[in-house]
Amino acid sequence: MGSLDYFVQQTMNAFSLGSIYALVAIGLAMVFGILRLINFAHGDLMMVACYIAFFLTTTGLSFIPVLVIAILATTVLGILMERVAYRPVRGAPDVIMLLTSLAVSMFIENVFIMFLSPVPRTFRGVTPKVLDIVNHWGPVNISNINLITIGITAVLFGFLYFFVKRTQLGISMRATSEDLMAAQLVGINIDRVIVTAFILGSSLAGIAGILWAARLGKIDPLMGFIPLLKAFVAAVIGGFGDLAGAVLGAYVLGFAEIFLIGFLPPALSSYRDAFVFLILIIVLLIRPNGILGSTEKEKV
Amino acid sequence: MLKVDNLHVSYGNIKALQGISFHVEQGELVTLIGSNGAGKTTCLHTISGLHHPQKGTITYLGEDISHLSPYEIVKRGISQSPEGRHIFPGLTVYENLLMGASQRKDKKAVFNDLENIYSIFPLLKDRTNQTAGTLSGGEQQMLAMGRALMSRPKLLLLDEPSLGLAPIMVEKIFYAIQKVREEGGTILLVEQNARQALEVADRGYVIETGSIILEGSAAELKSNAEVEKAYLGG
Repeated sequence: MGSLDYFVQQTMNAFSLGSIYALVAIGLAMVFGILRLINFAHGDLMMVACYIAFFLTTTGLSFIPVLVIAILATTVLGILMERVAYRPVRGAPDVIMLLTSLAVSMFIENVFIMFLSPVPRTFRGVTPKVLDIVNHWGPVNISNINLITIGITAVLFGFLYFFVKRTQLGISMRATSEDLMAAQLVGINIDRVIVTAFILGSSLAGIAGILWAARLGKIDPLMGFIPLLKAFVAAVIGGFGDLAGAVLGAYVLGFAEIFLIGFLPPALSSYRDAFVFLILIIVLLIRPNGILGSTEKEKV
Repeated sequence: MLKVDNLHVSYGNIKALQGISFHVEQGELVTLIGSNGAGKTTCLHTISGLHHPQKGTITYLGEDISHLSPYEIVKRGISQSPEGRHIFPGLTVYENLLMGASQRKDKKAVFNDLENIYSIFPLLKDRTNQTAGTLSGGEQQMLAMGRALMSRPKLLLLDEPSLGLAPIMVEKIFYAIQKVREEGGTILLVEQNARQALEVADRGYVIETGSIILEGSAAELKSNAEVEKAYLGG
């Protein structure tokens, strides 16, 4: 295989991986932008979507309804999370919000471990076989799951861009994330904005979870942790709270990870996550507020 | 129209307001003057629902609003242009103004009001698609005022609209305040620039360390020896 073919193929892999990180990172960044809350339970939403999809499939339902129900249920869980856990601590010191979200995450994970066992389950039967097909386009091999991941993400980005730029609610969301106090003073219904952020964030996390599980072929109660961590890094690299930054950071990370595996000697490639975090440290040393983050000092 | 009665507000152990009482009648321009840290901003924040009082009431059009959310308060017709302007820097001028009309459903009237704001502040019209963060301080102040007006408030709260502005901009801002007045608006104005404030106001209150120490018509306050010494640099 020529080096150009290899490059094209790895680029597709990187785009696909970056897309999943981006879908997760957008939800994290949206919620952080408004509430200054790092939602550790965001990764668990991915996991919940997969388990719901898994069990629905065993009832004989076909893939599309399974997908729709799983994502809707995950969204409901996201709304519930905000209502039950995060609304009571809204405006509390950052540490309290952070601990609350850690608690929510641990609670969900342990409930799943307790009732459904920590043993991984296969996800192969859930997603249609067509996703596993690898296309041989000349010397380049690209799997359908990669194509679909990239395609779905592109469509979702288009939708999000329109929402954030053109709709009243989307503009309100940007306004609230820029200045919470001013948003309240002009009469924006911030409860509605926050719930919207959770609805969008958790449905994207649900979609990302299913795409992630389709790649790996298995699910377990702690599967959300690694993608959450990566999305967190992506959001930090991009400038936390900024949606475009989160997407950019996610693709930087996707590319870094795929090409590190490609170019590192095999003995080192299992340390790829260490290299990913090394990139984070370097970016933060050069630009402490992320690539797109504002250089403005935090307001008192 | 607005009656603040024996208002107590504290942050933790700090007592910011210690039993403030005042009132604003329909069509009046009332000013609160006082030095930094006297509690003027806390007072406006409490009226807008950002803080809730430990004691006392805020009665607006016959209803106690002291425990309502900011959203509910804007809905009832009170809007505020906060100290430090707090415009949305990443949004365009147009989007900022649109946010001021968040609760309105009458799209056509919103559009008319937008034109009206542009006629009061022609500078904003030229910058309608520009990001608000790139405006000068004076332009940002105009935007903050315009944004507050977009909700069609019955009562407009203005917190330090002239702070840090060049004299020519201060003049423009006060001209706009006059204009809102002439259209029948009711305004509660908080200012450090006591001279300017008393120039346009009907009545005024002087706040010191969380209490009102003096009140009267603007003319009375202007000629008061204490006020002259402490706030007018007499």
